[in-house]
Amino acid sequence: MCGATRGGPSTEGLDLAGAAVVQGVVLRDGDPVPDGYVRLLDARGEFTAEVPTSATGQFRFFAAPGRWTVRTLVPKAEVVDRQVVATLGEVADLEVTV
Amino acid sequence: MSIRERALVDADWVESHLDDDRVVLVEVDEDTAAYDKNHIRGAVRLDWKKDLQDPVRRDFVDRARFEALLSERGIANDDTVVLYGGNNNWFAAYAYWYFTLYGHADVRLLDGGRKKWELDSRELVPDVVERPATTYTAKEQDRTIRAFRDEVEAAIGQKNLVDVRSPDEYSGRLLAPAHLPQEQSQRPGHIPTAANVPWSQAANDDGTFKTDDQLAELYAGKGVDLSKDTIAYCRIGERSAHTWFVLHELLGQPNVKNYDGSWTEWGSLVGVPIALGDQP
Repeated sequence: MCGATRGGPSTEGLDLAGAAVVQGVVLRDGDPVPDGYVRLLDARGEFTAEVPTSATGQFRFFAAPGRWTVRTLVPKAEVVDRQVVATLGEVADLEVTV
Repeated sequence: MSIRERALVDADWVESHLDDDRVVLVEVDEDTAAYDKNHIRGAVRLDWKKDLQDPVRRDFVDRARFEALLSERGIANDDTVVLYGGNNNWFAAYAYWYFTLYGHADVRLLDGGRKKWELDSRELVPDVVERPATTYTAKEQDRTIRAFRDEVEAAIGQKNLVDVRSPDEYSGRLLAPAHLPQEQSQRPGHIPTAANVPWSQAANDDGTFKTDDQLAELYAGKGVDLSKDTIAYCRIGERSAHTWFVLHELLGQPNVKNYDGSWTEWGSLVGVPIALGDQP
């Protein structure tokens, strides 16, 4: 599990103790999207956090354990919602295609 | 001109004033590197931490330093200052409140900030911007819009306290927003009697503000009696500046203060009351 990132930033050096990480990468036609925004909504749909995607289309949240919705906003694309479960001490990694 | 029109401009208004020397665009971000990558043409930058915080004490720069800062950035007293930034204008709203605190006459916020501008695919440029220096004169801080801890403690059960953080921060399940490492205050929770009205409920997904009717309904629905004095707080005072802007500048409510000490102060104070859980 440790360091086994598929889409999100490398977890090397990340202190996962006490953290439930939700991260990933946003892709369009297979290419990373560097000008997107990713919102984290809680189980009630309430906004919790938002980050711009990095130059490599990646994002990361330090969440609490539980169910979350990851909402992706990208220029000239429909909004994409993805459901994810965050677990203490683990990294939930997503690939979001817009 | 309505209160809202005086305080808030949209992207079309900004584009039509890009070559107006009397309109100064100012980008204020949490991620201060965003400006270096690109910005709206002609915009200067303010670093909310380096420029707006005292380098030693936890407080704002004093009047003389604020005057020196704005003079150096080429902002004049009679300029129209239009603030915008990332994170749904959190720090731009904070700077708006800060400019108002020091008495700038004409300050406005770009609705939706940098995010809406980017999502609309409007032009951003990497050019270095230099404006000729000015001689800026600030006023004394307007303490009618800034609350300190003793006033907040006295307000428990007396005035409206509005906690604008996320429900998880309010309840004590998280200490900080979920995109930041968990650190800061000693204890989680909220100030007893505070209503939880997350700043985000005042904004649309693209960062623009909801309509006045929607906003009035939002606060009424959370039991915030706007006929009473209100103090808003969050973690470090930036999200609550966003809510101060909504209540004071869009809805035109007098007697609204921002408690910029916010949870990083309250959650570290010895002996003050704290409530845990989802109820006030």
